[in-house]
Parts: sequence; structure tokens; C-alpha cells
Amino acid sequence: MTGGLEVDLAVSGRVTAAFTAEPGSVLAIIGPNGAGKSSLVRALAGLVPAEGHARLDHVDLLQQSARDREVGLVFQGQLLFPHLSALDNVAFGPRARGIPRAEAERSAQEWLGRLGIGELAGRRPRQLSGGQAQRVAIARALATEPRLLLLDEPFTGLDVKVAMALRIELGRHLAAYDGITLLITHHAIDALTIADHVLVLDGGEVAQIGTPHEVSQRPRTDHVARLVGLNVVRDEHTLTAFPPEVVAVSLTEPTGSPRLRWRGPVADVSPHGDAVRVMVQASPDLIADVTPAAAAELGLIPGREVWLSVKETAVRRYATDPDPPGTVAS
Amino acid sequence: MRDPLGRPPALLMVPAAGAVLLLVVPLVAMVAATDLPGLPAQLRSEPLREALWLSVLTSTVAVLFCLVLGLPLAWVLARLEFRGRTLLRALVTVPLVLPPVVAGVALRTAFGRTGVIGEPLLELTGFAFPFTTWGVVLAHVFVSLPFVVISIEGAFRSADPDYDAAAATLGASRWTSFRRVTVPLALPGIAAGMILGWARSLGEFGATITFNGNYPGVTQTMPNLIYVTRQSDQDAALALSLVMLVVSVAVLLALRDRWLGTPGART
Repeated sequence: MTGGLEVDLAVSGRVTAAFTAEPGSVLAIIGPNGAGKSSLVRALAGLVPAEGHARLDHVDLLQQSARDREVGLVFQGQLLFPHLSALDNVAFGPRARGIPRAEAERSAQEWLGRLGIGELAGRRPRQLSGGQAQRVAIARALATEPRLLLLDEPFTGLDVKVAMALRIELGRHLAAYDGITLLITHHAIDALTIADHVLVLDGGEVAQIGTPHEVSQRPRTDHVARLVGLNVVRDEHTLTAFPPEVVAVSLTEPTGSPRLRWRGPVADVSPHGDAVRVMVQASPDLIADVTPAAAAELGLIPGREVWLSVKETAVRRYATDPDPPGTVAS
Repeated sequence: MRDPLGRPPALLMVPAAGAVLLLVVPLVAMVAATDLPGLPAQLRSEPLREALWLSVLTSTVAVLFCLVLGLPLAWVLARLEFRGRTLLRALVTVPLVLPPVVAGVALRTAFGRTGVIGEPLLELTGFAFPFTTWGVVLAHVFVSLPFVVISIEGAFRSADPDYDAAAATLGASRWTSFRRVTVPLALPGIAAGMILGWARSLGEFGATITFNGNYPGVTQTMPNLIYVTRQSDQDAALALSLVMLVVSVAVLLALRDRWLGTPGART
């Protein structure tokens, strides 16, 4: 591989991860809370010590101090400097790297313009809305012209509509950006809309790497399955995936001969679009979408014992481990 | 307005009222006893003007030294992880609880003409701190520095260290982060610390008089002047005290309005 990012690192007690990413690509990192996502990003940014290596265009980042790495980090919660205007926040990086004030401010104004908030240059962070502040934070990270951009949960805490608009726009910016982007998220939609590849972290280890299509069609862990809204059942050598809307719920043992059936108490019931999503504590935990009328008729309240069944024709089966995780096929 | 939780208990209200009386009565009595018509004449007296000027001058110079020395120490205590940090902080705060007269004796032992530092200093430069205006400044710095360090350290701690991390990822050196991020964020706390230090210097008596004696125009600050005047001229002492009271209240107001507002009320 020429250039790009090649990582094989461990943050003691937090995360171990090996992966590669090509210049211009966007790698989404998804996983539950405590999976080690933030530790991985902070290690790459130089804010927590790590062992191993992380070569960016053949230079090992782990041998450099945080300030010498050509890495831009957009923090969860932005961390805009509250005493500086949006313009000064964006100009901070270039100025810290020795670019004269006038020039740094001119380029900062350009970046704000590119993110569609050029007219807000004079505002302090507390005078900005969540979406505007996130744009300033992204502009601030990009203004140092990093070769690796780290986005830590960039849509967390934003209004749903604002998040969606920013997601679309960010996708456009990242497509034009020739560096590598690592996007940390716990929303499947980010991984599926913006990313070229998806890396799944679970319990401090890489659980799966693949294209968004592969990961969403053939999730290897319960967590990924939940993220993309699928059920996954693991046999010895195969995984069986099926969407919640094909799961039938009944109070008595299903008649006929469905091989795929489970029994367990209802753990949770919540609205999901027009349907009602029922989580059942079978082995493993499964989700089923039923109509509100059916939910009422069956009396689906937490604790009620139910049977779940799926027709053989509605599932997708695949091998548990065709390739060991750790490499991104490109 | 009636309190829906019931009447406040007398067991709390009576001592609370007692505390207020104890704190307020002496000050009111002092103001009442002052010969107000004679005040302008008192204020024009040469010793008062000399002592007031000396007090303001030495306190201001002292607080500038406190800033130059205390800001870096506060940063070290707030931002660096090292063994013995707790011990260091304890050592720094000792002068805070030390009786000032003991501070004066300690300063004598270190900076007196035969002191550990004082003697070689005298041999090398011919200069000795005791009984000079610089000696007054030294005593003020000694007693005020802990106030300044502790307040600024608190301000640094409440400024999220993640801002330093953000600055580092943007390519800032630690010095640049300190200058452009840490200090601006802690500025209200730094200012409050300096005012506290200045007020502490202004009232400093024990260490100053022990270390420097009481020479008009050189080491006689306001508290020293009040102390000696009190022995001969009660009215003059009252007038001088009133001046100090006014200055203290002004400091308190400056602190309250700008920096000690209730949390969240800051603009």
C-alpha cells in the first residue's frame, strides 16, 4: 500500500485495533459505549499513550507529540474556545503553526464560508446553535490541513433535523477531502451514508471490518445487528440474519414446522415508525416488529411469555468467519 | 412572606443575629465615633498621606510579584502530575495559616542581615531587606502569595484541561496553550486572586512590623501608622481606620460585582 493509514496499536486496558485506510477514504468506527472508540481516537491524536504503531504515509504517529501530528480532531462536544470568536477558533491552528495572523484569518474566513457559516465569523461559541458550533469545530480541524481527520461523535447532542442536514453536508465535504477520515459514531446511518468502510469495535477489540453493505447485510455481532436493525442468531459455524418485520409473535407454540423458533419473556416494547418493536429475552435476545393492533391483541407487556418464529425463506445465512478481521478489503 | 416549611427555629435565628451584631457593631461604632467634620484635616496630614501611599505602592508591587511567581506555580500545581504535589501544595499554603508575626521572624532568619540568604546577599551586593521598602514588599509577597496561588490554581482547575488537549491537536505548544487558552479562560479567577492578594497585603501588619520596624516614609504602612497613632491620638487613629475601611469595602464591591457573582449569573 502506498501512503494511507496503517494502524496496529493498543491502549492498555482499553482497546486493541489493527486496520488500514486508503487516502481519501472514510472509515466509520462503530460500537457500543465503552468499546474503546474514544480511546482509539485519542491515541491517534496523541492525547493518550499507546503501544504499537500508527503509520500515516509511512510516518509513525505514535513517535510524534500531539502537536506535531498532522491530525485534526473534532471533539465530542466540540470544545470550541469560549473566549475566542468563531474566526479566531478556526485561525487558532494555523496561527499556532506559525502562519502570520492576517493570512491565518483569511484562510479561517474561507473555511467558515465553505461550511456555510461565513457570516457568523465574529460570534462567540455561546452565541452559536449546536449545528453552527459543530460546523465551526469541523472548520477548525480542517483549517490545519490535516492528513488524518478524526470525528468523535460529530452528530451527538444535535437536533435530529440539524444532524441530518449536517450529515449530508459533511458527506459532501469528506468526498472532496483527500485525507483519511475516521468517523466515530453509534448511529448506523452515519456509517451507512458517509463511510467507505466500517470498523466495528466491541469490548476493546475489532469485531468486524467491511464495506457498509457487507456489515449491514452480514453483521457478525449482536451489537452490529442491532445497529443496522437486524436479528442475528449464531450457530457453530453459521450466522443467521433476519429483519424484525419477518418475525411472527404468538402466545402459543407456533403450528406448522418452522425450524426457527424461540421462546422467552418480553423485555421491552417501544414504538418504531408505524410498528411496535418488541424485544424478547430469548437466547439470543431478538427483536420483532408487529402492528399496534397485534401488540394490543396479544397483550405484549414486559414479562409476558411469547413464542417467536421465522420462516426459513426469510433469513440469510453466512459463515461466521470467512476472513479474520483486521484488514480492509478494497 | 410565610415560609411553607414552617417558622425558622429560634435556636438558629438568635445565634445568627448575634453573629451579625458582632460583625457589624464594631464597624458602625467606629464610623459613629469618628470626628467627621475634622476628617478632611486628618486626611491632609503628612504621615497619613505618606503611609497610605506607601501601603498602596507596596501592596501593588507585591501583588505584581505574586502574579509573576504565583501564576506559574499555580499552573504547575494544577496541570502537572508529579510525586509530592500534595506535599508541595501543603508547603505553599502554610503561610496562609501562619501567625503573621511568626512569618516576620521566619523572614528575619532567612533574609535578615545574618540570615541564610540575607548574609551572602549583603556581602555580594551591600543590600539587605530589613527596614527597607523592599523589605515591606518581601513581607507582603510572603503572606499574600499563598492566596494568589490557591485562587489561581482553582481557576486553572475549573478551566477544562480538554481545551489544552484541543489546542495541542491544533499544533499549539504548551506555552501557546497557556498563553492563548488557559490564562484567558482563567482570567476572572486570576483577577480575583490578585485582588485578594492585594487586600491581604494592604492589611498586613505583623510580618511587616516584625521584619521591618516602623519607619515613616520607608516601612510605615497604614496598619503600622494606625497602631502607633492609637497610642497617642485616638481621633487620628479613628480617621485612619475609616480610610482603611473604605478601601476594604471598595475591594469587596469590586470582587462581588465582577467576579464573585453567583455561579451561572456570569455574563
